[in-house]
Amino acid sequence: MLKNYFKIAIAVLRRRKFFTFISLFGISFTLTLLLVMTAFIDKVINDNYPDKKRDRSLYISKIELRGKESMNASALTYYYINHYIAKMKMPVKVAISSGYGSTNTYVNNRKIVINYKYTNADFWEVLDFDFIEGKPISKQQTDNAERVTVISEDMKKEYFGDDKSSAVGKYIEADNIKYKVCGVVKSLPITSYILYSDIYLPITTSKTKLEADKGYMGNYGAIVLAKNMDDVPKMKKEYADIVAKLPIPGKEWDHVYSHADSYIEGYVRTGSETSSGMVYALTAISLFALFVMLLPTLNLVNVNITRIMERSSEIGVRKAFGASSKTLAYQFIVENLILTFLGGMIGVVLSVVVMYFINDAQFIANLNLSLNFTVLCYAFLTCIFFGLLSGVYPAWRMSKLNIVTALKAQ
Amino acid sequence: MIRLQNIEKVYRTDTIQTLALNSINLEVEKGEFLSIMGPSGCGKSTLLNIIGLLDMPSKGSISIDEQATHKFSDKKLAQFRNKKLGFIFQSYHLINDLQVLDNVELPLLYRDSTAKERKQLATEALEKVGLSNRIKHFPSQLSGGQRQRVAIARAIVGRPEIILADEPTGNLDSAMGNEIMEILLQLNRNEGTTIVMVTHDENMAQKTHRLVRLFDGSQVQ
Repeated sequence: MLKNYFKIAIAVLRRRKFFTFISLFGISFTLTLLLVMTAFIDKVINDNYPDKKRDRSLYISKIELRGKESMNASALTYYYINHYIAKMKMPVKVAISSGYGSTNTYVNNRKIVINYKYTNADFWEVLDFDFIEGKPISKQQTDNAERVTVISEDMKKEYFGDDKSSAVGKYIEADNIKYKVCGVVKSLPITSYILYSDIYLPITTSKTKLEADKGYMGNYGAIVLAKNMDDVPKMKKEYADIVAKLPIPGKEWDHVYSHADSYIEGYVRTGSETSSGMVYALTAISLFALFVMLLPTLNLVNVNITRIMERSSEIGVRKAFGASSKTLAYQFIVENLILTFLGGMIGVVLSVVVMYFINDAQFIANLNLSLNFTVLCYAFLTCIFFGLLSGVYPAWRMSKLNIVTALKAQ
Repeated sequence: MIRLQNIEKVYRTDTIQTLALNSINLEVEKGEFLSIMGPSGCGKSTLLNIIGLLDMPSKGSISIDEQATHKFSDKKLAQFRNKKLGFIFQSYHLINDLQVLDNVELPLLYRDSTAKERKQLATEALEKVGLSNRIKHFPSQLSGGQRQRVAIARAIVGRPEIILADEPTGNLDSAMGNEIMEILLQLNRNEGTTIVMVTHDENMAQKTHRLVRLFDGSQVQ
């Protein structure tokens, strides 16, 4: 039966080349768009370099104060992290890092913009950076406020040129201070904004005194690492309890919010602590996907109706010889799925080509899109969704066709 | 075998009501070859469609093989047509995208059968109409007479007890028409298939067992 459906589906596709082209173009183009988008989201959200222990980590990067008429949200102060987060019982490590700042440096009369980030010693233990050369900044170096730095591979290339020799031991100047390079790590794309930087410096070398600001609002974030995955919810609760008891600084505020988030929650947090960014992100993505798919689907429904109605004589004959409406609807849905899958395959090939060009052009440095298993699964689901969405209505309409009318139509 | 009682068929539009069939009472015996004649628009094809369960009468009842078919669901009707009835149309109604063999196999797709059985039965049916050498051809590569023979093979492949033919020779020249008629007569004679045929051709009608004439939707003979 299926073989027969396949035969006729292919025959019909070949006979109506223009319709087929329009349908396939619509499907494959839309799918390409969705695939590239999902590859991008997948890469940004699921690529776990360098935070490979993501499943037992929680990210605390924001605090928000709310009053009747105003609100204020920001990263945290070092004081806050040290006094409230570092004293938590559940975390085995607390990685602290500042938001990245930037400074200009001149090398051989060439201006280089360097993004820098201050980190504590635990930062290098919580995160698993791939070291191409050298090693991370040690606890001792941090404690002694030594002017050492870990730099990204891209910065090494930019600062020291295509020099193949090791950068370890060489000096890099940022903000008029010279730092000795102790390690070079694989670069991150800027989309991993929580961890991205060109150079990483010991937190103790920061120009501002670390505990000078005893408020909540500062420039630091923390990643707390639980002993195991089971401890993560407990750790989340422990932090929630701490936040619930936080003294409210000032009469203009009546609420203080801060969360220990999983990576994704933290990534999409909007800044409004009262509502989850997840809802916004998912709604935005779904709406976009729906919009992208709606027009081609409607078009496909239309093309399918025309195409099926052209075959009314066939429908009449099949019904006369014993096909029930249900069987016929099934046949046309299968045919449509075959068409969608053909479009899907073209879409996948097109996506690979598009991703190749995106990667080649390096629109976002170090963000290399790829068609992995997850993305392929999305593609598969999208194809089924597309096929059913655009096939069911025409098939249903056609299956209701009166036999005599169908036979007369030829 | 087939019993029609007080069959009436009315076509209605917003403004007009047309009586296509008016109290038709008809019985067809098993193994009979009946022809229906009448001027264009007298309701011949409508009657044949009602006998073939392709259309519903507005009034009256029809039973085939002593089963009251007007009570059947869509699915049951489909199964019944598949087992009991074979159709031959004036304009063949072959599926142009399928090869001859696939066209002939079509009724078998809607019953339990393996691909091997289908192929064997379809080849046998094509042998009966003398077209076993054309199984890989597409309908567009065949002459009118050959196409109608493929359509006959499709009608008989499922071994139905009744064949309904709507002007099967209408599109063919007399030589080819005679050929087709000969095949139908043989089927009736050798296999005992009951045949109801609508025709315009008096000569063809004379070769059948009985002739029914319609005029303006009523039976006149």
